[in-house]
Amino acid sequence: MLPPFALEEPTSVHEASALLARYGETARLYAGGTELLLAMKEGLLHYERLINIKLIPELAGIALTDGALHVGAITTHRTLERAAMVRAHFPTMAEMAAHVANVRVREVGTLGGNLCFAEPHADPGTLLLVYDASVALARQGGTRTLALEQFFVGPFEVGLADDEILTAIRVPGLPAHTAAVYLKYGLLERPSVGVAVAVTALPNQVQEVRIAVGCVGPTPHRLRDVESLLSQKEIAEVRATLDTAGALAGSAADAVTDLHGSAEYKAYLVGVLLRRAFEQAYQQAIGSDAGDAARGGGTA
Amino acid sequence: MTDDRAHHSTATGQGLSIRVTVNGHAHDVLIEPCLTLIELIRDRLGLTGTKKSCDMQVCGACTVLLNGRPVSACTMLAFEARNASLLTIEGLAQGETLHPIQEAFIEHGGLQCGFCTPGMILAAKALLDENPAPTEEEVKHYMRGNLCRCTGYKRILESILVAAGRLAQTHNPGALEA
Repeated sequence: MLPPFALEEPTSVHEASALLARYGETARLYAGGTELLLAMKEGLLHYERLINIKLIPELAGIALTDGALHVGAITTHRTLERAAMVRAHFPTMAEMAAHVANVRVREVGTLGGNLCFAEPHADPGTLLLVYDASVALARQGGTRTLALEQFFVGPFEVGLADDEILTAIRVPGLPAHTAAVYLKYGLLERPSVGVAVAVTALPNQVQEVRIAVGCVGPTPHRLRDVESLLSQKEIAEVRATLDTAGALAGSAADAVTDLHGSAEYKAYLVGVLLRRAFEQAYQQAIGSDAGDAARGGGTA
Repeated sequence: MTDDRAHHSTATGQGLSIRVTVNGHAHDVLIEPCLTLIELIRDRLGLTGTKKSCDMQVCGACTVLLNGRPVSACTMLAFEARNASLLTIEGLAQGETLHPIQEAFIEHGGLQCGFCTPGMILAAKALLDENPAPTEEEVKHYMRGNLCRCTGYKRILESILVAAGRLAQTHNPGALEA
């Protein structure tokens, strides 16, 4: 049973922003509701008013422009999973989306909602970080763009002003000779550890490595110290450094102890998934097919 | 930014009038915004084939098809069914004739206590409507969010694959999809 609330159904971002400005913290934007309604049913969150943003046309749709993917905020995980455009140009994203929760959640849950709710045990944010994705934010006064890395502030906390709305996610295409891999592991319904790696490489020569880790700590984030440890090196040297890099990644992951496991356990898994993801991404980057890029690490 | 439709507002405690087509029959209902879809289905419409179990969209017992798409009725607001077509387990058989998926579940022992079965069968229908000839792995992946505590899944999997084969045989080229 949900406690009673009022429902607003604006048809423009401008209206939705005005409603947020008017009702402040007593109202919350509502899209898929897969996270929000659960928290409301449990009594963890209470709002007098929900603002359904699914009738706002400008928040819908995906498009490919100059190699970058524009994803409207109310796009569902299922749409990302199935869209031919995403599967062809951002296959790792499509694979990641195909493994979010279960098919019913994917049919309803939105990418914008997932990022704004900022539940730490989520997949999309971690992978999007290695694409250097950004978010488009709008309010009555205007619009701005924020790097996704800056958008994540803490657990359940993002860099939105009180009357601001995430309208779209922009995902730049990867550079040439680059492949991205997302691996996750978990024993519960939500993932316990998520590691994303993008590798730019020619045979034997690793140029750039981007690494993001999520689920284990407060927010998904990039591990730039580990990235620089692995970049601009011959593959033999990178492989010899991977154990060190994995340990460093584990300690830099800000792992916390919770129902998903101890901090030490998660830090260890970060290292394991980093080594696996790196090797898969490297093989794909140099042209050999290493198989599904985003399948669960737990299946191995 | 111009608005071609007026912004709509429903106050707390105020009713929201929606039309929803359930198993082919149109219903006009007055609901509160906080009503969940499973409350509409079970408590207002009296269709108790849809089961409530985990109440957190993990187990799939409350799976119904909204415009053909599987959703968790436990964690969806009822107003989302506005102007939509809803299929519950009661709508699957044609009179006394069971749907091929239902028949396959019975013949292959795809159920024991039966509590998860309405959700299983509707999820399987959504899968086969979308992907009429799934591999075993595809069935496993799609059905991952429908939990059964009795069977161990093997016979559920068999039932779905058998149903897929039968549906493929009965669908003559150009035949209308149910």
